[in-house]
Amino acid sequence: MRARVTAFTTLAVIGLLISGCQGDDNASEQQLTVLAASSLTESFTTIGQQFETDNPGVEVSISFGSSSTLATQVVDGAATDVIATASPGSIEPVVDAEMTAADPTVFATNSVAVALPADNPAGIQDLADLQGSDVKVAVCVDTAPCGSVAADMFEAADLSVTPVTEEVDVKSVLAKVVAGEVDAGVVYASDVLAAGDDVTSVQIPSSAVVTTDYLIAPLTSSANSALAGEFVDAVTSADGQQVLTEAGFNAP
Amino acid sequence: MIGRQQRHIPWPILIPAAVAVVFLLLPFVGLVWQAPWGQMAEQLADPIVRQALALSLITSSIATGLVILLGVPLAWTLANSESRAGALLRALVVLPLVLPPVVGGVALLLAFGRRGLLGAPLNDWFGWSIPFTPAAVVMAETFVALPFLVLTVEGALRARDERYEDIAAALGASRWRVARLITLPLIAPAVVAGAVLAWARALGEFGATITFAGNFPGRTQTVPLAVYQALESDREVAIALSLVLVVISIAVLALLRDRWRL
Repeated sequence: MRARVTAFTTLAVIGLLISGCQGDDNASEQQLTVLAASSLTESFTTIGQQFETDNPGVEVSISFGSSSTLATQVVDGAATDVIATASPGSIEPVVDAEMTAADPTVFATNSVAVALPADNPAGIQDLADLQGSDVKVAVCVDTAPCGSVAADMFEAADLSVTPVTEEVDVKSVLAKVVAGEVDAGVVYASDVLAAGDDVTSVQIPSSAVVTTDYLIAPLTSSANSALAGEFVDAVTSADGQQVLTEAGFNAP
Repeated sequence: MIGRQQRHIPWPILIPAAVAVVFLLLPFVGLVWQAPWGQMAEQLADPIVRQALALSLITSSIATGLVILLGVPLAWTLANSESRAGALLRALVVLPLVLPPVVGGVALLLAFGRRGLLGAPLNDWFGWSIPFTPAAVVMAETFVALPFLVLTVEGALRARDERYEDIAAALGASRWRVARLITLPLIAPAVVAGAVLAWARALGEFGATITFAGNFPGRTQTVPLAVYQALESDREVAIALSLVLVVISIAVLALLRDRWRL
């Protein structure tokens, strides 16, 4: 008796699983997986939603992270359709592995910014104040584009800043600033805009303004290369560019 | 196996068991296969790697000391409590065991961060800020490792033969004297086993550490954090460091083999 009950339960579970899978396929949905630099969180979410509206039956899922992490994931075989990184250097391993289906296109630029908690607990007035020994500064790890941008900015301004933490991606830096756990975080202009009233920022002297190019490429691992190409076109289209500009990016 | 007949295992059990073994062991085969055996010493001599190893060993050892200091009395209290409140307390104490470590890190920030429940007054009154310091690493490790020792020691306390204590008490020994001379030696093996488990857990801590203590080489970047970061820049360093952790884990198992009859 018990064996029959177990067998029945197993069948029922398998049945549920199968019907569940079919449920997803009802509208013959196509999946598009995009890996994007974490600074693109807001803009790519908007562009992705727009893409779904324009292409009924397509479901866009975007994974955000440090550009170098994303490149590693692609090279290690994550089944993805499109990658968008925050620097030419970070997409290079993907190009070297011959996994891009087309040459990477520069679709936006972003400039460095220093975000402070809204109440500016350390009373930071300018970039040089970040050198203070009591000032807690967060930056990205040097392997992430935001980390090299931060290093370039400090070098251009001839400052020696010792951060308290090297976060894995730019949104983690921003989160530490918003939480008030650090006095300043080196992020991008788009992140300051995205955080709204939660942060303020420091004026950066024009000689120290560092920018980075964002690149996008369809991938050879894509099961639907036409759709991947269309997503790249959507990002570089006038509509896509408008979303990016509104999010604080600059046109290439 | 003594006194038990070796039985034939039916194939519906044997096949999934074999799948499980392959699934568990193949990743290690991958590590060993990809390991930069030729340059191993060179990779491990890298200053960042040495800093991470030193920091990990120091912080996890301090954390283990704290775990013993706090965990044994806690286990003692729990083992002697039969009330419903005691059961609830036990469930709460064990929570970090099942909690995703990164959630533990967020919780630690909310309690001990600069704007945290206790962290804010500490910062305002004394100017102490815990996050991003080696102390934060130790706290994160203690947080996740404490339940391992508490559970191990509490189990031993509940299973102990209380007659020795009764006799000592009947002979006029004070409660503290009984605890010191009878109970503690009785549970010593469990304390050692719990401490080894806690140390291994502290050594592998990642989520709570990166959330609460941040990631800075030489100050808060422990070996797991260094592995994660090296994977993006220098894969061979990541593999070399991973192998070090695997060897340490095997050593821990060897230490505990009597306890688990391995």
